[in-house]
Amino acid sequence: MTQPLLSVTDLRVTFALHRAGDMPWTKPRLLHAVSGVNFDLMPGETLGIVGESGSGKSTLARALVQMVPATGRAIWQDGADLIALTRAQMLKYRADIQMVFQDPLASLNPRMTVGQIIAEPLRTHHKGLSDTEVKARVKEMMDRVGLLPNQINRYPHEFSGGQAQRIGIARALIVKPKLLICDEPVSALDVSIQAQVINLLAELQRDLGLAMIFIAHDLSVVKHISDRVMVLYLGRTMEIAEGRELYSNPQHPYTQALLSAVPIPDPAAERAKVVIPLEGDLPSPMNPPSGCVFRTRCPRVEARCAEVKPDLTAGAHGVACHFPGPLGARQAETA
Amino acid sequence: MALLDIKGLTVRFDTPDGVVTAVNNVTLSLSRGETLGIVGESGSGKSQLAFAVMGLLAKNGRATGSVTLDGKEILNAPPSVINPIRAQKIAMIFQDPMTSLNPYMRISDQMAEVLVHHRGMANAQAVAEAVRMLDAVKIPDAAGRVRLYPHEFSGGMRQRVMIAMSLLCRPEILIADEPTTALDVTVQAQIMTLLSDLQRDFGMATILITHDLGVVAGFCENVLVLYGGQVMEKSPTDPLFAAPSHPYTRGLLSAIPRVDQEGEELDAIPGSPPNMTMEPKGCPFAPRCTYAGEDCEEHLSPLTEFAPGRFRACNRSLEELS
Repeated sequence: MTQPLLSVTDLRVTFALHRAGDMPWTKPRLLHAVSGVNFDLMPGETLGIVGESGSGKSTLARALVQMVPATGRAIWQDGADLIALTRAQMLKYRADIQMVFQDPLASLNPRMTVGQIIAEPLRTHHKGLSDTEVKARVKEMMDRVGLLPNQINRYPHEFSGGQAQRIGIARALIVKPKLLICDEPVSALDVSIQAQVINLLAELQRDLGLAMIFIAHDLSVVKHISDRVMVLYLGRTMEIAEGRELYSNPQHPYTQALLSAVPIPDPAAERAKVVIPLEGDLPSPMNPPSGCVFRTRCPRVEARCAEVKPDLTAGAHGVACHFPGPLGARQAETA
Repeated sequence: MALLDIKGLTVRFDTPDGVVTAVNNVTLSLSRGETLGIVGESGSGKSQLAFAVMGLLAKNGRATGSVTLDGKEILNAPPSVINPIRAQKIAMIFQDPMTSLNPYMRISDQMAEVLVHHRGMANAQAVAEAVRMLDAVKIPDAAGRVRLYPHEFSGGMRQRVMIAMSLLCRPEILIADEPTTALDVTVQAQIMTLLSDLQRDFGMATILITHDLGVVAGFCENVLVLYGGQVMEKSPTDPLFAAPSHPYTRGLLSAIPRVDQEGEELDAIPGSPPNMTMEPKGCPFAPRCTYAGEDCEEHLSPLTEFAPGRFRACNRSLEELS
C-alpha cells in the first residue's frame, strides 16, 4: 500500500473569544471550530470537504498550512508534523502545499502585475533562478491555465472573475506543489465560468498528479471533482467515503438531508425527490450539543444520542452515528 | 388580461465608462398567481429589470418602454403613484436579508411601520398583525421574538422576517431577487418550501430572480432566460429543461454539475460574459456561441413563438442546432 501524502490525526482548532467589556482576567469563551478530525490523503487523490457555513471546513484547511493555530498531528509523507513545525521549518513545505482562495480578485494584490503575482512564489522558494528563467516559467504557466502570455504586464482589475481565478491557480501551481488546497474556488463565479475552472482544475490535477483538498458548499461541484468526500458538521466528521459511494449510499442522516436539499436542474427529478427537512439552524459552536452534535436537528434522534458521542467507524466508508443506515421506511413516511 | 405587462423595457445607466445597457428591449407578461423564473448570470440585467419595475433604479439609470399593472402605466411614475403600489401591490425581497433590514429597529417596529404607513393601522394592531405573519412564515415563538433586533436572528430566520414583511399588505405580486443565494443549502430548501406554501396560500404572482436553474426547476411554471440584458428564451419550465431551444440555455444546462448524475467533463461555455458598455448590434451571446454565424454579429431575430407558449430569439433554426 502506498504511503499517504498527508495523514491527519485528531486535528483541533479552538479560538478563544473575548467579549466586549470583558475584564482582562475574565476567562475567554472557547469556540471549537474543528474538533478532532482524522483523514489520510493519498498522493494524487482529491478529497472533497462539504458542510454548511460554520462547519469548520475552511478552518480545517487553514490549520494545515499554519494560518490558524491548531493541535493534533498532520504528518507529511516525509514524517514531518506540519502543525508542530516552526515558521522557518514550515517554509520548506510551503512550496509543496499551495492554496487557491474563494474571492479571486480579493486574493490578488491590486498593485502587482499578473507577472509579478505569479512569479512571487517562485522568487520566494527558488531564489537562484534568473529573471529570464522566471519569466519563461511564468509565461509557460499562464499558457497552461488558459491566460494569454501577452497579458503578463496587466493588473488584476483588468481581468474578469474567472480569469482572476486562473491567475490564482497559476500562482499556486508555479512552484509545482504536491498538494493543492482549494477553498471554495468556484463559489464566486458564474455558472458558465464555474464549469471552465472546474474542468481546468481537473485537467491540471490529472496531468500534474496533484493531490487536492477541495472545499465547497456546493455538493454537486464536490461530487464532480472528488475521489473521496468528507462531510463536516460543527467541526466534526459525520461521514467520509469514496465519492460515488457517499452520494449513492449515504448512511448518515445529515448527509442524507444535505443531499436531499440540493436543487436538481430538472423539473421531473426535482418534483420526484423526497426532501428531508432539517429544522432550525446550525447550533452555536460556542456551546455545541452534548453527545452527537447533530442530534438537535436529527430525524433519528434517541436518548442515547445526547449521552454518548458517536465515533467515526473505521474502514473505507466511515460514519459517525449511533443509528446509521440507508434512508429508512419510517423516515420516508414522515418526510 | 395580464396582471403585469412589460413591453420593450430598456434600462440604461450613464457611467464614466460610457452608457451601460443593462436591460435591452425586454417584453414579458405575468398573470395572476403565476410563478415566473428569471434566470441569468451576473450582469444579465435580471435585478435591474425588477428595480425598474419598482422604480428603484439608481440615479444614473433611465428606463424606457412600458410597464403596466392592471392596465395602468407605472414605469417612471411619480412617488405619489408608485409609493402606494410598493408593498400593497408589488412587494420585493432581496438577496441579503441583513442589509435589507434596518439594524437599529426592532423587528416589531419595522414590520408595524409598513402597516401603519400603507394601511393606516394603529401601532398595537399592526404589531399583532406582524406576529401573525411571522407565525405564517414559521418563525418559532413569534410573539416572543418580534421585539428582537435583526442581528439576533440567523440568516435563514432573517430571510423569513423579510418574507413576512413583504407579505404584510397581501401584495398581488412578489418579486424575490436571489432570495436564497446567501443561504446554506439546507436553509435554502426550507425557504423555497416556505415560499411555495405561501404562494399557494396567498395566491400571489411571484417572480423569482435567480442564477440557479435547480431552484427554478422546483418552483416556477414559466422561465425567462436573460443574457446580456436580452431575452434569449421564454418557455414553460418542463419543456425548457427537457428541450432547451437556445444555444445559451443548452450551454447553461450542460455546464452545471448535477448531484443526481455521474459526470464526466463538464461542457463549459467558452469565453467570458459580455462587456455591457458596448451594446451589441446583434446577439449578445454570439461571441461565445458555437452555432454563431456572421449574421449573428449584425442582427438578432426578435423573440418568436415556435411552439405553444415557447419563445426563442435566435438566428439559427431549431433544425440547425440539432
